[in-house]
Amino acid sequence: MPALSQRHLLGIEPLLPGDIRTIVETAKSMKSISKRAIKKVPALRGKTIVNLFLEPSTRTRSSFEIAAKRLSADTLTLSGTGTSLSKGETLMDTARNLEAMAPDAIVIRHSASGAPHMLARILEPPVINAGDGSHEHPTQALLDLMTVEERKGPVKGFKVAIVGDIAHSRVARSNIFTLTKMGALVWLCGPATMIPREVEQLGARVTNSMDEALEGADVVMMLRIQLERGSGSLFPSVPEYAATYGLNRARLKRAKRDVVVLHPGPINRGIEIASDVADGEFSVILDQVENGVAVRMALLYLLITRPEGRGGTA
Amino acid sequence: MSTETANPTLLIDGCRLVDPETRYDGPAGLWIERGELKKIARTETERQALRARVAATAPEALRLEADGLLVFPGLVDLHVHLREPGFEYKETIRTGCEAAARGGFTAICCMANTNPVNDCRAVTEFICARAAEVSGVAVHPIGAISKGLEGKELAEIAEMKKGGIVAVSDDGRPVADSALMRRALEYARTFDLRVVSHAEDKALAGSGCMHEGAVSTRLGLEGIPAEAEEIMVARDIHLAALTGARLHIAHVSTAGSVELVRRAKEKGLDVTAEAAPHHLLLTDEVLGGSGAYDTRYKMNPPLRASRDMDALRRGLQDGTIDCIATDHAPHSEDDKNVEFHRAPFGVVGLETALAAGLSLVRSGTLSLAQLAERMSLGPARLFGLPHGRIAEGRPISLAVIDPNHKWTVDARRFRSKSRNSAFEGWTFEGDVAYTLAQRRLSYAAEWARPLTAISEPAGAPTQRRIAGV
Repeated sequence: MPALSQRHLLGIEPLLPGDIRTIVETAKSMKSISKRAIKKVPALRGKTIVNLFLEPSTRTRSSFEIAAKRLSADTLTLSGTGTSLSKGETLMDTARNLEAMAPDAIVIRHSASGAPHMLARILEPPVINAGDGSHEHPTQALLDLMTVEERKGPVKGFKVAIVGDIAHSRVARSNIFTLTKMGALVWLCGPATMIPREVEQLGARVTNSMDEALEGADVVMMLRIQLERGSGSLFPSVPEYAATYGLNRARLKRAKRDVVVLHPGPINRGIEIASDVADGEFSVILDQVENGVAVRMALLYLLITRPEGRGGTA
Repeated sequence: MSTETANPTLLIDGCRLVDPETRYDGPAGLWIERGELKKIARTETERQALRARVAATAPEALRLEADGLLVFPGLVDLHVHLREPGFEYKETIRTGCEAAARGGFTAICCMANTNPVNDCRAVTEFICARAAEVSGVAVHPIGAISKGLEGKELAEIAEMKKGGIVAVSDDGRPVADSALMRRALEYARTFDLRVVSHAEDKALAGSGCMHEGAVSTRLGLEGIPAEAEEIMVARDIHLAALTGARLHIAHVSTAGSVELVRRAKEKGLDVTAEAAPHHLLLTDEVLGGSGAYDTRYKMNPPLRASRDMDALRRGLQDGTIDCIATDHAPHSEDDKNVEFHRAPFGVVGLETALAAGLSLVRSGTLSLAQLAERMSLGPARLFGLPHGRIAEGRPISLAVIDPNHKWTVDARRFRSKSRNSAFEGWTFEGDVAYTLAQRRLSYAAEWARPLTAISEPAGAPTQRRIAGV
């Protein structure tokens, strides 16, 4: 398997299609480890991974922790409260202090777009973006790709509809980059208040019509409506949003018969996705969670064991 | 500064003089006696006569062999944040003036967003008194429009004028209340002061931290649409028409704003405008590449799209944009070295403005004469300042420029206290060699051709350098 072209994983955008292939293929072999009786290999024994989660996260944080443990790495997880950051220490100071502990990789989740880039500029070990603001969530997009490929094979030529608040979604951005690099046709759908300016320049098509987005779709990705953001600015009310852009069985009939439905979780049942779709035969939501561990194992392994001096930097 | 730099007696021989007031652009010899410009010799005969007379009567004078060098009037910057009082860790009046002199400026106007705000005569007088302790650069304060920059009540504009303000502005914040802006324009007109508008619709700009467009979409950063500026430029132009007042639009950054100012001028309104070097040379694309999330590229208004930059250049060329102003906004490294959306807006600009301007000459946007006008006499006239002129019998105020000096911007070498330059790492061709103002040599570049004694033969300069600058 060729080594990655990047030293860090700051986003999908700088990756080559070959990098994405390498990560997914490695993840497939990692997945088999999780199915063994003893779910642990010594691949990263003696390595230390710092998980810096400065924004609430359950799913991604636990996924990274399990991934590291299955590779026998030691982990240190710091969350937003209880760190010196809540005492006014700056992100840069926290990062420098962590580096003094000589970790082999730093995983960061942060509410600021670009926070991983700041760390990568000053830190030696690889920095893995576990979601930064509205920018990217690269491991989510990689596990989404793996999940779709498992069910349906290569995504080249697929119509993929991504529905929801594209403007504020790091999942959407990472998926747009991943899917377009792999040759899929990406359709973005939502009210105009949720579509960011000039997003077509990323290689996606835009529609405000849910029916048009779903028509003949091979894959549908529903984004979580951030209720904590509060309605009133991007849409008038939750019921109105659910009625206009919520996914239900009737609507899904427009898509291909073998459509798969993804959601990065946690889901708002009955708002962006009806329960009978989330729990139905087209849903691969739980596969996503399982593959998340495999993709993160693959990335930790590939970045920590990456030979020095190869290719470009990030 | 050493006394040697005060009241110099100096022959600047063989320069190219670019004087916007007389529209002279040609060879010249300048004879300066004890800090006052005594003679401008333009023709070859005049220059030979001057050389002979100086050699005979003032052998102790200094000489600058200025072959290939340019002389502009001392540069004038209408938009500087000196940070004193209140934010001395970012800049002081002294360090700001030193940065100005290094950039060829001999007069600067400082904005009111200090702490306390310059919204009363006592603060105005404090600034003027501090500035008087620093020689070599004239500092002209701009008073606040509203008390505390709060946009609620007018500040004591007439009193501040007695203290020395030359314009009023709430720069850093827009005046959101249209009724207050109307009163400000009317009231300032009463006292012959121009109102400087920081044009921004705050609600529309929201929590934006860069230009809204393809790059902000890619980076997942909140954008500031061009319309946030244009809506307020349009409003203020309408209010200028209503009141007949003098309006100056600060840091114009969008194509739409340029068009609005152009139309206002066509209608005969007294509307003027400035553009900053960073908006004339950079676009939001720098944030899309290796400069992703680099807070050195964060300022307000933000770096815009290339069509905006092109429109600004055309506006500067045809006079819609009256002048270049730096919006020099120093911030400490600690302030800037944080997450992009949390970092303060602003970049320093005094020490790179002239070099940036020369690059606009090289790219064919401006002639040298236009550049000199847009950076000296042009801005001076807008606020009625006695600068930007080169005339016999006046104290010297000159920038001597080497247009061929290649240099790379290294902010660690700045005179300014702050390092937040959007041009860090740029290689420029052309820079200020000497600045002369207020009867003294206020700046001499380390690399500049040395001053020699008149008695020494030309072309064999000694190592005698002017010390202490």
